[in-house]
Amino acid sequence: MKFIFDLDTWQEIYSSIRKNKIRTAITIIGVMWGIFLLVVLLGAAKGVENNFNKIFGSFATNSVFIWAQSTSEPFKGFQEGRRLTLKMTDLASINSEIKGLEFVVPRHQTQAVATNNFKSGTFGIYGDYPELDKIQKKDMVWGRFINHNDILENKKVCVIEEEIYKQLFDKEEYPIGQYIKINSINYKLVGMYKEGALRTGGPQGSIHIPFTTFQQVYNRGNSIGWLTITGKSGFDISQIETDVKLLLKNLHQVNPEDNRAFGSFNLGKEIAKVTGFLTGMQFLTWFVGIATLIAGVFAIGNILLITVKERTKEIGIRRALGAKPWEIKRQIILESVFLTGVAGALGIIAGGLVLMIIDATMGKGDNATLSNPTVNVEVILIAFATLMILGTLIGLIPAQRAVSIKPIEALREE
Amino acid sequence: MIRLHNLHKSYPIGHDSLHVLKGLDLHIKEGEFVSIMGSSGSGKSTLLNIIGLLDTHDTGEYILNGQTIEHLNEKKAAVLRNKFLGFVFQSFNLINYKTALENVALPLYYKGIGRKERQVIAMEYLEKVGLKERASHLPSELSGGEKQRVAIARALATNPKVVLADEPTGALDTVTSHSVMELLRTINNEGMTVVVITHEEDIAEDTDRIVRLRDGVIISDEKVNKKAKA
Repeated sequence: MKFIFDLDTWQEIYSSIRKNKIRTAITIIGVMWGIFLLVVLLGAAKGVENNFNKIFGSFATNSVFIWAQSTSEPFKGFQEGRRLTLKMTDLASINSEIKGLEFVVPRHQTQAVATNNFKSGTFGIYGDYPELDKIQKKDMVWGRFINHNDILENKKVCVIEEEIYKQLFDKEEYPIGQYIKINSINYKLVGMYKEGALRTGGPQGSIHIPFTTFQQVYNRGNSIGWLTITGKSGFDISQIETDVKLLLKNLHQVNPEDNRAFGSFNLGKEIAKVTGFLTGMQFLTWFVGIATLIAGVFAIGNILLITVKERTKEIGIRRALGAKPWEIKRQIILESVFLTGVAGALGIIAGGLVLMIIDATMGKGDNATLSNPTVNVEVILIAFATLMILGTLIGLIPAQRAVSIKPIEALREE
Repeated sequence: MIRLHNLHKSYPIGHDSLHVLKGLDLHIKEGEFVSIMGSSGSGKSTLLNIIGLLDTHDTGEYILNGQTIEHLNEKKAAVLRNKFLGFVFQSFNLINYKTALENVALPLYYKGIGRKERQVIAMEYLEKVGLKERASHLPSELSGGEKQRVAIARALATNPKVVLADEPTGALDTVTSHSVMELLRTINNEGMTVVVITHEEDIAEDTDRIVRLRDGVIISDEKVNKKAKA
């Protein structure tokens, strides 16, 4: 392999490339475009994926929401259209009967006007357990989230979203320890958090009070608005969803075939759709990128084939002067590998630059469309290695062609 | 140096075959200056290609420098060409994007000689053919006579046993032709075996021995009478 490091070898390659500048440039662009596409598309796909992760990041993605509706079929003497309500006793049954549960968090929700001095607004009021913080991570700016003491003592405390702070308080004002009035009841503010990109509390913003306080204040007895359930890893959240609904139908004397009695929303399933789309996008990217690469490499092979044809006589002269067939072959193969290598490197650099530009222009801030678009170094290395191998293989064709003509016939060529 | 015995060669043309060389016997000794003459179709180019290891013979015997030539693969042929033979062609066959010096150095590259040494040797031979000043010129910047001198320098560079010249003056005018022949004569005087193929009588007259071919057989083989020429 000494010839690879031989200055003469490269001088030969340089002179033969220099002879066909434009053609060489066009050929290089073909391969460059392929790897450029691959890098940019993979990077963009990664950016979209990162963005989804950022949005859903505060969520336990294996969660399902379940709420009660009305029956749609008569059952055991009950008429259809009976309104159902989830009870705290259901919670205990679910916890004891269903396997693979991580958290079962009951919640309540209503809307109310909240005021602080002369500022007021209509917000979503939520009755919550401390566990909510486990499945929808709250990024606390000040203070704390609701704790177990609040629940046990039905404390009149609240936790607000930053959006509400902006509406109810003056700038620079420290809200913790102050009181805000909701439905003429004063709540002591114990915490404020910043919402992620996905606003779960709706457009107005959300105020969280202890679940037990909510039940008491809004007269909800031991009812539950809806349940947020997360599954342990390894358990299928869709199965849990079905099991819980079946159990609830049983507890509430509902026909097991009645699909309208309990509503549910499987976040895991919805996210799987999105990630499935992302996987599809990545697959498409690979497909398009590699197809373009192969086309580019074929173009290089084609160009070299023409070059070899044009250089038939020169090759004949070289062979008359004592060039061994392998010496002719390796020259052409090396030329092919060199061209693909240069093209690949340029494409990777160009792709990297474009990703940097995308990151600088579109990748910043909360509303970014693509966050941190990157491509793994391994992916690049694999793509580059594939390219070099393809370059070598495709180079074999013109190389074989170059030595397949007898030197005497090559010399006769005009 | 070159010994041919009952050499036959035929080319297939469709279903038939064209019998080009019909049993040649030829012995060229070391240091001879021989011309092979014949009209086109006489088989002289085929003979040169076989001697030059660019083509293979069908039957008969070819001994080059004491070595019987048979069953050569391309690699062996390339090594032997590089080692024993120097070629001079009618159309010069210089590589047009290489300078005169690089052209002369090319066979040395294939011989595996290092870059620096190659340059020195190539320059030496360019000087010998009187083109030292033109070393960095491309073939397109040289006259026909100069190109052929570069080609001769290239043929000599590897210090071969035999220089084979295929119509070396075919593309040159009379004056240049004779200066090229004089150059070949000088080389011959230094001990090199030179074989020239030509169809021009006066070019053949410049050599020591004329072998005439017609229809694939040698019809005459005679020494040139130098005294008569003088």
